[in-house]
Amino acid sequence: VNPVGAPPDPAADPSLIGALQAIVGERWVKTRTAERRTYEADGLPTHASVPMVAVLPGSKSEVVSIVRLLHQRQVPWVARGAGTGLSGGALADGRSVLIPLTRLNRILAIDPADRRAVIEPGVVNARLSEAAAPLGLYYAPDPSSQTACTIGGNVAENAGGPHCLKYGVTTTHVVALEVVLADGTVTRLGSRQGDAWGPDLVGLFVGSEGMFGIALEITVRLEPIPAAVRTLLADFGSIRAATEAVGSIIGSGIVPAALELLDQACIRAVEASIYAAGYPTDAAAVLLVELDGSRAAVAAEAAVVEPLLTRFGARTIRSAETAEARAKLWQGRKKAFGAMGRIAPDLVVQDAVVPRSSLPAILDAIGEVGRRHGLTIANVFHAGDGNLHPNICYDQRDLPLRDRVARASREIMEACVAAGGSITGEHGVGADKVGYMSMIFDPTSLAAMCAVRRAFDPAERANPGKVVPIHSCREWGPGGRSGGRVEPALE
Amino acid sequence: MSRAIFDFLAASLGDAVTRGADGLPRVAPQSTDAVAAALGLANEKGLRIRVEGRGTWMPPDAPADLALTTERLDRVTAVAPLDLVATAEAGVPFRELETALARQQTWLAVDPPGSPNRTLGSVLATGTAGPARHRFGPVRDHVLGTTVATADGKLVRSGGIVVKNVAGYDLSKVQIGGFGGFGVITEVNLRLRALPAAWRLFRAEGDLDPLFHAGRAIVAADIDATVVELVCFGHRDGKVWQLVVEIAGTESGVEAEVARAEQAVAPFRLIPADRGAVGAELAAAAAEGPVTIRAGALPGSAPDTVELVGETLGKGWIGIGLGRGGLRWSGSAGPDRLRRLRHRLAEREIPLTLERAPWAIRAAVGHFGAFREGVLPLTTRVRAVFDPAGILVAPLEEATGA
Repeated sequence: VNPVGAPPDPAADPSLIGALQAIVGERWVKTRTAERRTYEADGLPTHASVPMVAVLPGSKSEVVSIVRLLHQRQVPWVARGAGTGLSGGALADGRSVLIPLTRLNRILAIDPADRRAVIEPGVVNARLSEAAAPLGLYYAPDPSSQTACTIGGNVAENAGGPHCLKYGVTTTHVVALEVVLADGTVTRLGSRQGDAWGPDLVGLFVGSEGMFGIALEITVRLEPIPAAVRTLLADFGSIRAATEAVGSIIGSGIVPAALELLDQACIRAVEASIYAAGYPTDAAAVLLVELDGSRAAVAAEAAVVEPLLTRFGARTIRSAETAEARAKLWQGRKKAFGAMGRIAPDLVVQDAVVPRSSLPAILDAIGEVGRRHGLTIANVFHAGDGNLHPNICYDQRDLPLRDRVARASREIMEACVAAGGSITGEHGVGADKVGYMSMIFDPTSLAAMCAVRRAFDPAERANPGKVVPIHSCREWGPGGRSGGRVEPALE
Repeated sequence: MSRAIFDFLAASLGDAVTRGADGLPRVAPQSTDAVAAALGLANEKGLRIRVEGRGTWMPPDAPADLALTTERLDRVTAVAPLDLVATAEAGVPFRELETALARQQTWLAVDPPGSPNRTLGSVLATGTAGPARHRFGPVRDHVLGTTVATADGKLVRSGGIVVKNVAGYDLSKVQIGGFGGFGVITEVNLRLRALPAAWRLFRAEGDLDPLFHAGRAIVAADIDATVVELVCFGHRDGKVWQLVVEIAGTESGVEAEVARAEQAVAPFRLIPADRGAVGAELAAAAAEGPVTIRAGALPGSAPDTVELVGETLGKGWIGIGLGRGGLRWSGSAGPDRLRRLRHRLAEREIPLTLERAPWAIRAAVGHFGAFREGVLPLTTRVRAVFDPAGILVAPLEEATGA
């Protein structure tokens, strides 16, 4: 993937364009520069790359035809959902065809008895829950971008969200997939119940960042809408106290639906914006605790959680049960990224994970990184599972500043890894974090990942250059290095 | 051959090598590196390897040139109660792991069938979750990271030791429930839960259909249960069915959920029972016959699936989850009947996995059998990454010509 400001892309082969038009119709093949530029970035401002051409299939069979054509022509391609990703994972360069799947947006079936839904990959996350609501069901994974992101993209990234603390990330909700591999083979993996005809290839496919193939149909589990939900908002005089409160809640055996934390920089950004939620601006941290279940269970859990919050130093605790009152408490959390737009024109939403007990120390370390580079870093994160989102506000046009942001991002990753953590909890590696992979995996493990990828895509044509550093892919099996070109080791 | 192999291995691996009861050279490495070294040697010589735990679940009867056991990889390396994660070696007996975790007020929310002396590695490799999958999901949902020795002696790590992580492809997914075909799991990072304040288990007894509806009523009422399992000790007591319901949480929360569950199952009565005793009984019953299978059936079709399984395989113990589905059967059945059932289930889009059987049946029927179209080539290629020379004896497919 080219850095911002890369040279113009080579012109696309006219016969390829003609063949793509023959599959989807002229209207759905985007060749003009202005059209292609709309796909040059995802939600991460630090990477941009204009695809050779964007082709928007309208049906499963069109997707398969496109993939088969590109296989024959040996052209690399990148599948894309709504482009809300935060790791540059769905960027295609001038040699690659971009395949946005947003037109495949049908909900094919909802089975209320067995709580399953079958959907196309372009279905927007929140739309599935809306469609299931009249049946008393919803789809649990709720990334912050859920009103825009597609479930196909969620599958590629193994997306999370605040409520994944209790209900699990995308992979725990996907039971079956129909996929097209890079050579055009169509295969069904998993079953409606979740067991498979073979090893767990669904589990392997989810989170493979578009490098194993394209999900054409996705079967997911739905959850019953809880009878009662209570949201507690506690504010703390120190962030350490807030994180200790988080540990005490989890340690009590209660798993809240969500446990979200905002630090002072984030609170102030929210309160200064149109999304002001009434968070106390002198607080060092606010903690959102959401409890759900039957009325009695929620009341019982609240009776345990509230004293814990107080014991660990909560100054005030607000409680809300109606949808409207809860939305008010959540507003600052859900709109935190938008609120930060006031601080500076660009925002990097970082993503890393640490063991929960390391949260206080790592937040100190992040603060130190910010000071060292003269950057404002605001933290809003999934405290229950140690998944941090340090937000760095900056101005993309300021080149030296951009460099400082990049250095600070790397230092934050290094600190998280040193604490026993990981470089990404839910945003994926994409193009952004390829360079960090060797911080947490040895060369053999990275080479094994490449080899497994080649089991799905021997020519490495699907979303090339993402997730695993290319040099790591030359060390597995007897194929190895050959004239500088990567040879599929398993053929 | 066996003598020469023994001498070769003994010369390289020292006293980790003994001669097993069946005369086979038996390697019992004490570290992850030693597992990789032993596999590397075997691979170099093209020796076929049977991987064993303690032999309590899968009979250690596969023909091979040598057996590799994980029984001396039996340490619980770390338990971090604040982070609710633990690291353990694959050969640790499940009961010992549970004891070590309970000391720190934590537990692993997996209740596998079979003996409590089963190794953790056996549970992982076969992906055998028990009734608690109703609330806590399949085995793979509890695994944060793995260290795996490939058949050619490389060590591959995936995942990590944090509860949320999407760095790199999750290779462990094929090892969990991969029946040993994708390398040898040597060490694993596990996601734990804090022990709940209260934990109650109940049973109700009756006929299949009404009990099924009672159990489904608990699910429909969204009662926060950890187990809603319908079981039948068909071969012992005729056709008496039991509904097993377990509820965990805070004291007052559990009380309230139990009251709701009692309402949901009426006119059946929920009889309190000892959690440990019933858990042990169910785990043992699921391995009572020489064969155990699981069918990926949805709960809505449970009575139909039960009938089909009973009709095809005959008498046996049955357990079926009424929330997440999944049917387990244990009894006696030969390859023909198992293949027939697999075929009939496949017509209903239900996969059948052979979880446990004597070698002759495993070899004939395969753990997964005839893969669905397109899955076999993919599986074969993934398998070749972890076992390029095909030396790990793991019969995933049906024998050809069967």
